[in-house]
Amino acid sequence: MTDSSRPSDHYDSSSSNTGDKIVQPRLGVVGYLRFFWRMLTSMRTALFLLLLLAIAAIPGSLVPQVSSDPNGVIQYKANNPDVAPILENLQVFTTYSSVWFSAIYLLLFVSLIGCVIPRTKHHFDALRARPPKTPANLARLEGFTSQGSAADAEASIAAGRQVLKRLGYRTELYTTGGSPSVSAERGYLRETGNLVFHSALIGVLVAVGLGGGFGYTGQRVVVEGYALSNSLASYDSFNPGRFFTDAALQPFSVALDTFVPTYEEDLTSKALGQVLDYTANVTTMVPGGQPEESTIKVNEPLAIAGTQVYLLGNGYAPVITVRDPDGNVVFSQPTAFLPQDANLFSLGIVKIPDGLEEQIGIRALFYPTAVLTDLGTLASSYPDLVNPQLTMEVYTGDLGLDNGQGSNAYALDTDSLTEIAGRAADAPTIKLGLGDSIDLPNGLGSVELTAIPRFASLDVHHDPAQGWVLLFAILVLAGLVTSLFIPRRRMWIKAVNGADGAVTLEYAGLARGDDPGLNAAVAEIAAKHLDHIGHKVES
Amino acid sequence: MTETFVLYSNIAVYSAMAIYTIAFIMFTLDLARRSAAVAAPAEVGSTTRAGQLGSTALLEKVDAPPAVAAKGPRYLRAAFALTVFGWALHVGAAIFRGVAAGRVPWANMFEFTLTATALIVGVFLLVQVWQDLRFLGSFVVGFALIALGVATTNFYVDVIPLPPALQSAWLVIHVFVASLGTGFFALGAALSIVQLLQARRAAGKAVGLRFLDTLPGADKLENLAYRLIVVGFVLWTFTLIAGAVWAERAWGRYWGWDTKEVWTFIIWTIFAGYIHARATRGWRGSRSAWLAIIGFGAVVFNFTVVNLFFKGLHAYSGL
Ligand code: HEM
Repeated sequence: MTDSSRPSDHYDSSSSNTGDKIVQPRLGVVGYLRFFWRMLTSMRTALFLLLLLAIAAIPGSLVPQVSSDPNGVIQYKANNPDVAPILENLQVFTTYSSVWFSAIYLLLFVSLIGCVIPRTKHHFDALRARPPKTPANLARLEGFTSQGSAADAEASIAAGRQVLKRLGYRTELYTTGGSPSVSAERGYLRETGNLVFHSALIGVLVAVGLGGGFGYTGQRVVVEGYALSNSLASYDSFNPGRFFTDAALQPFSVALDTFVPTYEEDLTSKALGQVLDYTANVTTMVPGGQPEESTIKVNEPLAIAGTQVYLLGNGYAPVITVRDPDGNVVFSQPTAFLPQDANLFSLGIVKIPDGLEEQIGIRALFYPTAVLTDLGTLASSYPDLVNPQLTMEVYTGDLGLDNGQGSNAYALDTDSLTEIAGRAADAPTIKLGLGDSIDLPNGLGSVELTAIPRFASLDVHHDPAQGWVLLFAILVLAGLVTSLFIPRRRMWIKAVNGADGAVTLEYAGLARGDDPGLNAAVAEIAAKHLDHIGHKVES
Repeated sequence: MTETFVLYSNIAVYSAMAIYTIAFIMFTLDLARRSAAVAAPAEVGSTTRAGQLGSTALLEKVDAPPAVAAKGPRYLRAAFALTVFGWALHVGAAIFRGVAAGRVPWANMFEFTLTATALIVGVFLLVQVWQDLRFLGSFVVGFALIALGVATTNFYVDVIPLPPALQSAWLVIHVFVASLGTGFFALGAALSIVQLLQARRAAGKAVGLRFLDTLPGADKLENLAYRLIVVGFVLWTFTLIAGAVWAERAWGRYWGWDTKEVWTFIIWTIFAGYIHARATRGWRGSRSAWLAIIGFGAVVFNFTVVNLFFKGLHAYSGL
């Protein structure tokens, strides 16, 4: 079955495709372009590019990616100093935005567009065309059945047309070689589905691209009692899309009132201390609106002003108060500690450049439920605040905050500092319970563990095309199901007038693509038709 | 209470494995018997080979060789009945596990394996209504046995509550549909393997498996495999989309090239390639069969190696 809606190397298209082969001598510029275009839009190229895309996606799963695991990339580079620069040059750390990965999928989509457009045009024509002329010899087709009949030829064909119409076929009457026949076709939806499927893939790609380009994501650690406001200055980190402008930042604020985790408390349970639930109770504000109370949970982001706010992490943010020798407060604020294990043993850094005689840096460890291990060290045995303990190693010296370079708030470079309290110092590590205060060595002042609020790390995500991506994805699925499971069939019923005036009814069908049910369908139509014209069906 | 149900569940798993083992042996004996049955009338083999070259009429005959039909597949029937019985226990094990945990029984590697293998065997049983594919019994039951063996010895974990990220209706839908799709891919791959053997044999290369004479020809196998795989592909497409919707809810973005996402995408692309291969001249037959097998290999890889050794957000193996 020749079918110009298919690329020439489709298995269904005519195999005598010498006409498709490019005649070498007449290749001008246009000839080359046409040749190239044919190649690009052939089934073989599509297949090749699909498989190539699958292979090209592999390296990004073996090597950490900047986008999903930036710390992993830093680690990897430190661990593999020899390979890392090569991988860096090959853009393996950014596989999915690399030149080579992009080239493959862009070529694939060009090929896809080149394939879909002519097929769409062809399909529109086919939708308006009449079912094809009845072949002269039905016996060579699928499911051929014939049955002698006493009914009138014209009348039985008219009846056959009705039967086919009722089954959803489009019909056309023909008379070939003196025999009236009805030619019928159904399943145009199959091709429609295929085209919807392929076009929707393009839709997904475009929507993903636009959403990423115009959207943004921002991360912010918010301590209980504090708020996040949707402005550039408010974020700890911010990733704008390529076409992002400040106008995309809808002004709103989200204040974290309380953060309430629920842990398995049953002492007999093996899951003691496991997280059962996290709830962030927040109050939101949009300009000109009233404050509104709301909650954010792990699988339940907050939708506000066309933007999503997600709860992605949490921990403790102990409030440490530092006073000078006269008792004046020089520092008093919560510091988010990074959780290190499931029981929220956490690590925090405090830097105090001003107010004391010397700059001090503190490396602190926090144990919400401190227990003494066999080794004599502290550990946390439960994530909630049962026996909170804070230990501190204190350093003095130049914190390096004035050199104009940004510094990592979660790291303390102790190379140029002097430890004044801790394992390597004369004074021991400072230990504080909630409300405790202790003098710093060298008469520098004092520190106090004032309060232990929690923090939530919130992710703000704005993607104006997200809904479109979903819509196209649903179309992909719908198109796929339609194109794979709706059979495209042609059916014929022919009434052959015999020499003796007897009529022989002939039935046959033809399928496009895989159609396991074709024979059964022909048999069913034959049975229905014979039944309809009152024919006694002998078995 | 939880403990009791966990105990029931574990007893049921081990019983199911014992019965699967017997079923596996019976299925294999059936294949051996087929070889013997074919060996007697030696001519059948040559007839088939001729038939492979083109005539469909001959191929049809090969589907039901009279010699075998006459004897009646005694081992086969016993093996199949045992599989049904083992499967009932297997499903029971999954249900008890779910009752014990008070949620769906697929929240860690052990439970995924338990439920996914139950679905694979379930798809195998159900497909028989449509087509007699019992000759794949050794493959399917053998696969389920190995998976269950690894799960019970290496993946076993106690029932613990769901972490917040998994507390979602999408856990029910996404994982279930993925496992169901895996069932179809598994059968498709099994058929493709037999297809390759048949094709080799048809090409005159000696394959010492005489029972192949009693199985459908390569073309028929290829069509069957295709029909199962497209169902799997639809389910996999749904899994991919559902996963993205869930990721948007739980992680704040619908797609982030997390390792598990990457492999789900790779698998999808391989099977899209498979479907194209079937429609591309020169790629039907053995080449597309290889793609089906590689695709299923990637599914297994995604479930084992990626879950256990690759770093990513999908850190739910519980190990
Ligand atoms: C992003 C790349 C592509 C993907 C993921 C993809 C995927 C698929 C899938 C899943 C099917 C089977 C479902 C259906 O029939 O609708 C299919 C069918 C088809 N695709 Fe693609 N495709 C892609 C690109 C292309 C390109 C570039 C062409 C043109 C050469 C093409 C031509 C076809 C044709 C002709 C069929 C029908 C096959 C048949 O007759 O059985 N596709 N494609």
